[in-house]
Amino acid sequence: MTALLKLSGVSSFYGAIQALKSVDLEVHEGEIVTLIGANGAGKSTLMMTVCGNPRARAGSIRYDGQEIAALPTFEIMRRRIAQSPEGRRVFARMTVFENLQMGAEVAGNPDTRTTMDEVFALFPRLSERSAQRAGTLSGGEQQMVAIGRALMSRPRLLLLDEPSLGLAPLMVRQIFAAIRDLNRRTGLTVLLVEQNAFQALRLAHRGYVLVNGAITMAGTGAELLARPEIRAAYLEGG
Amino acid sequence: MKPAFRDAFLSALVALGLFGTMIGLVTTTSPTGLTLRYRPEAVAIAVAVVFAGRLLFHLWHARHRPAPKAANAARIEMLRRGGKILAPALLVVAAILPLIAGRYYLDLGILVMTYVMLGWGLNIVVGLAGLLDLGYVAFYAVGAYTYSILSTTYGLGFWTCLPVAGLMACGFGVLLGFPVLRLRGDYLAIVTLAFGEIIRVVITNWVSLTGGPNGIAGIPRPTLFGLRFDMSGGPGTFAGFFGIEPNVTQRVAFLYYVIFALALLTNWVTLRLRRLPLGRAWEALREDEVACRSLGINVTNTKLTAFAIGAMFGGFAGAFFATRQAFVSPESFTFIESAIVLAIVVLGGLGSQLGVALAALIMIGGFEVFRDLQEYRMLVFGLALVLIMILRPRGLISGRTPSVALGTPKLIPTEQLPEAAA
Ligand SMILES: Nc1ncnc2c1ncn2[C@@H]1O[C@H](COP(=O)(O)OP(=O)(O)OP(=O)(O)O)[C@@H](O)[C@H]1O
Ligand SMILES: [Mg+2]
Repeated sequence: MTALLKLSGVSSFYGAIQALKSVDLEVHEGEIVTLIGANGAGKSTLMMTVCGNPRARAGSIRYDGQEIAALPTFEIMRRRIAQSPEGRRVFARMTVFENLQMGAEVAGNPDTRTTMDEVFALFPRLSERSAQRAGTLSGGEQQMVAIGRALMSRPRLLLLDEPSLGLAPLMVRQIFAAIRDLNRRTGLTVLLVEQNAFQALRLAHRGYVLVNGAITMAGTGAELLARPEIRAAYLEGG
Repeated sequence: MKPAFRDAFLSALVALGLFGTMIGLVTTTSPTGLTLRYRPEAVAIAVAVVFAGRLLFHLWHARHRPAPKAANAARIEMLRRGGKILAPALLVVAAILPLIAGRYYLDLGILVMTYVMLGWGLNIVVGLAGLLDLGYVAFYAVGAYTYSILSTTYGLGFWTCLPVAGLMACGFGVLLGFPVLRLRGDYLAIVTLAFGEIIRVVITNWVSLTGGPNGIAGIPRPTLFGLRFDMSGGPGTFAGFFGIEPNVTQRVAFLYYVIFALALLTNWVTLRLRRLPLGRAWEALREDEVACRSLGINVTNTKLTAFAIGAMFGGFAGAFFATRQAFVSPESFTFIESAIVLAIVVLGGLGSQLGVALAALIMIGGFEVFRDLQEYRMLVFGLALVLIMILRPRGLISGRTPSVALGTPKLIPTEQLPEAAA
């Protein structure tokens, strides 16, 4: 297997604060990889650094064999990388339909209707609500819009930042099932950031643990789940 | 009941403090110089009006408990239908105005139409792209001076200069856009405000080019396919060509149609752009910049085009202003102009084309209609603005028609948004 996304020695900063410390991480084609870590560990930063915002100050980010660390964000996102950023961030005053449309339009997806039907099949709730303003949807529905919008570009690599944030357990299971389904059916590669470590590790092929901006552990989902220090730090009570 | 009285009393107290000097004291010129005259009766009346008004307001509120949420759908539907009739009706009236109105109303029509156009231009920047611009008058000035200078020094005609004026303003829009790319909200507003002032100061001080505070006079009027509108009635004039009596109204009507066409062009371009990826990117940018980036929208270009295209229409309007007045000076391009245009956009309901047109009509037309009130005009004007914002906090027309939809597009009320409740 070749690495679709490969970070080597990536460091990024917010001003003088170093948020990522020489991170090495690989995501192979067709894999689900999850990134777990405490609040403020730098998970979102890692994801945003892949997108070039903030830019990696050191190290290399290779996607599909090409160096992308120096590219502007919009160039990176047009290489069939899609991101559902932390905190949903739907276009509140635009309708669900328009939100999805935006996802396809910028990426130049020629077959918007088919993709949209797929998204609607994945989240039937969205098709009922397609004419509603996204800002008036419930939190879970907005999350579906954010994921659906990312899928509309028919990505090869999907970056999901806490898709389970604020969702009821049933909803979380539904979203995770959707991710697994997409991965199995279409071979979509997923990098998933999660607080919900137990479910994320069960879903993922492999996982990384981020502590204070540095990777401290890596392994398959099952391996990580079995390690006592992980159980103690991230799975207690979960 | 008691809190209502208390509140009314407090309001009256505030009014007394304010009006005590503002209305209570008048300066009069007497043989010995300026003397002060006292008007306690006027103060008493004003304070009484405030007291009664505040009390009535409370009573009215108590009686009309806000229960409009259920009726919202019906109201929206009504609004939509009303809008469907209102827009074409306004358009027809606007189109035949020169046939039905006298000179005074035609002049007023030109003024209103200029602001409609400015409002629509600024609406691209503020209403669609969500970039608060307090210096829009700068582009108006650039357009006006571009035409004035080109026509008076090089003898170029209005129609040749119009695109140049637009392009010039466009360039200045990009010039403003670059430094403010990273700014949002308040910070953006401050910088654009400063930009507007800088342009005005430069115009005032660059005497060799702009004539400084004296301005530029003798700016030629526009022609209709080369036909002039002067009173000689000779060959090469409109009246001479058609063999009719020369008449000032002909020129005014022509000017009216020029600005009418320019305004319609602005509207048409805006409506078209809204349906194109660029227009949707503007709207997405207004909603959430991070999400835009994550979708691969080139935020830099999107912002710059919003500034540039908005500025271009400001430039067109400026060129028209110059040709209509036949005279420009820095005085016409003060901050208050930016403020009025912004007020029109906000009052109209950020993003709504019909709303902006209505707001321009009410603000500019209304202001003129109240001319008889003399010094109280500003007071009535301010009061009207406050009232509109209280009754319709999201602007006259606050719905937004989706630019793409599965079925027929519906106007969706903004009031339903959670943050609107706050
Ligand atoms: N824009 C910013 N400016 C300055 N510091 C930032 C910024 N964004 C994040 N940080 C800091 O970088 C560190 C990593 O933040 P990040 O958002 O990546 O954490 P996270 O792992 O995603 O946390 P969470 O699980 O709470 O989402 C934190 O210490 C945070 O305070
Ligand atoms: Mg995070």
